[in-house]
Amino acid sequence: MDFMASKQPENSLLGPEADSQRTLYPYVTGTSVVALKYKDGILMAADMGGSYGSTLRYKNVERMKAIGKHSLLGASGEISDFQEILRYLDDLILYDNMWDDGNSLGPKEVHNYLTRVMYNRRNKFNPLWNSLVLGGIKNGQKYLGTVSMIGVNFEDDHVATGFGNHLARPILRQEWHENLSFEDGVKLLEKCMRVLLYRDRSAINKLQIAKITEEGMTISQPYSLKTYWEFSAFENPTQGAVGSW
Amino acid sequence: MFRNQYDTDVTTWSPAGRLFQVEYAMEAVKQGSAAIGLRSKTHIVLGCVNKANSELSSHQKKIFKVDDHIGVAIAGLTADGRVLSRYMRNECINYGFTYESPLPVGRLVVQLADKAQVCTQRSWKRPYGVGLLVAGLDESGAHLYYNCPSGNYFEYQAFAIGSRSQAAKTYLERKFENFTDASRDDLVKDALMAIRETLQGETLKSSVCTIAVVGVGEPFHILDQGTVQQMIDAFEIVGEQEGPDAAAGQEASAEPEQGAGAGAGEGVAPMDI
Repeated sequence: MDFMASKQPENSLLGPEADSQRTLYPYVTGTSVVALKYKDGILMAADMGGSYGSTLRYKNVERMKAIGKHSLLGASGEISDFQEILRYLDDLILYDNMWDDGNSLGPKEVHNYLTRVMYNRRNKFNPLWNSLVLGGIKNGQKYLGTVSMIGVNFEDDHVATGFGNHLARPILRQEWHENLSFEDGVKLLEKCMRVLLYRDRSAINKLQIAKITEEGMTISQPYSLKTYWEFSAFENPTQGAVGSW
Repeated sequence: MFRNQYDTDVTTWSPAGRLFQVEYAMEAVKQGSAAIGLRSKTHIVLGCVNKANSELSSHQKKIFKVDDHIGVAIAGLTADGRVLSRYMRNECINYGFTYESPLPVGRLVVQLADKAQVCTQRSWKRPYGVGLLVAGLDESGAHLYYNCPSGNYFEYQAFAIGSRSQAAKTYLERKFENFTDASRDDLVKDALMAIRETLQGETLKSSVCTIAVVGVGEPFHILDQGTVQQMIDAFEIVGEQEGPDAAAGQEASAEPEQGAGAGAGEGVAPMDI
């Protein structure tokens, strides 16, 4: 009954051939990003790992970037999609700067723009496979928000992506308070990143902390956290387990 | 201006380097009834003269809200003005949806000017026959712009367009140095005075004019007739002695003028095309 079968033109988006045109799964991924508001602005932390499935393939990936004068973007998920987003934002900021009229896009505007982009891609079944954290400060107003790959967005005093939501946010809920000093903020972020390092198998011990204030964005050199593995529970871990070795 | 052989097409230059069709479009603005605008550091007031064609009809709408922080007053072909207002509203809504932030008025004005310029360079189009006074706020404060049919735009401290606007401009030129630090109410008073100048002897009543205000912390809105009439009374800027048919409690400052008496003295204004 060949004459009954419908024929797709070669460039149609239906059928198996079309799947190569849309994102189905991520390949090279970054893990959690954690961020919080502090006295002078926003602090954000992310490790420098790019995993290829279960392999820790790349160990020098910068997952946080400055956007314009007022914002800082961190991403987890597919690294190539993050690079694509950076390209979109580059064009956006360039276009904004070319007006040269004293107005500039602040973190709230960039966050909303990203929400629109992510949601639109989700609607076309071709998502940018990222969870984004957008923080910044403009005219004294601090802003910190997040957008997911399906376009869910919200603002808060502290946010995280991926495993950070389960391991870091509870710590932040207990210990975050208004007007943290820079040192306290960094200590708090390091506490969260240490827990993630112990418990998230896609985390690596090489991280950067970025801060954004009215003066601008600075990002630390990569460094490692001190870890402790001599807990007695790790010696003879199977001591009481019958049948284990 | 006289007819000549270079004025049929907007895409034909004259030997003197002029585009006559564009200049004729600017003439259309001068035929419309007056619109004025003035601004301080934090507020902008727009005002316009509203003359109804006959006692039976309502008057044309010449002031449009574009967004909470932007409004526009037009003079000239009001139909063209309405279409451009719709464009401006659309741009503001789209920007607000994408960035959740108000569109800076300076950028809207440039987009509007570019849109007008297109019509001066296509043989199958004609220039918009309307001048727009755009009042709005952005990060750097309060702004007032004038957009021409030619595609040019200028920023002003105060300006007037339309018929008999020269009288208003003269008044504004005398007073503009005080506008930057003026209070909102003083600004409205000056707007009413400027409108009175364009009426040239006619009584200033809230039924012949419309006033709108936008400022920091004050979204764009058109003042209702009652409020305007109160302000006219309070500032005692009614030029003529009111007849006994006037509304109760109106105070008129005695400035007797010969010519048109109160009430029936409204001549028919040049047609708002």
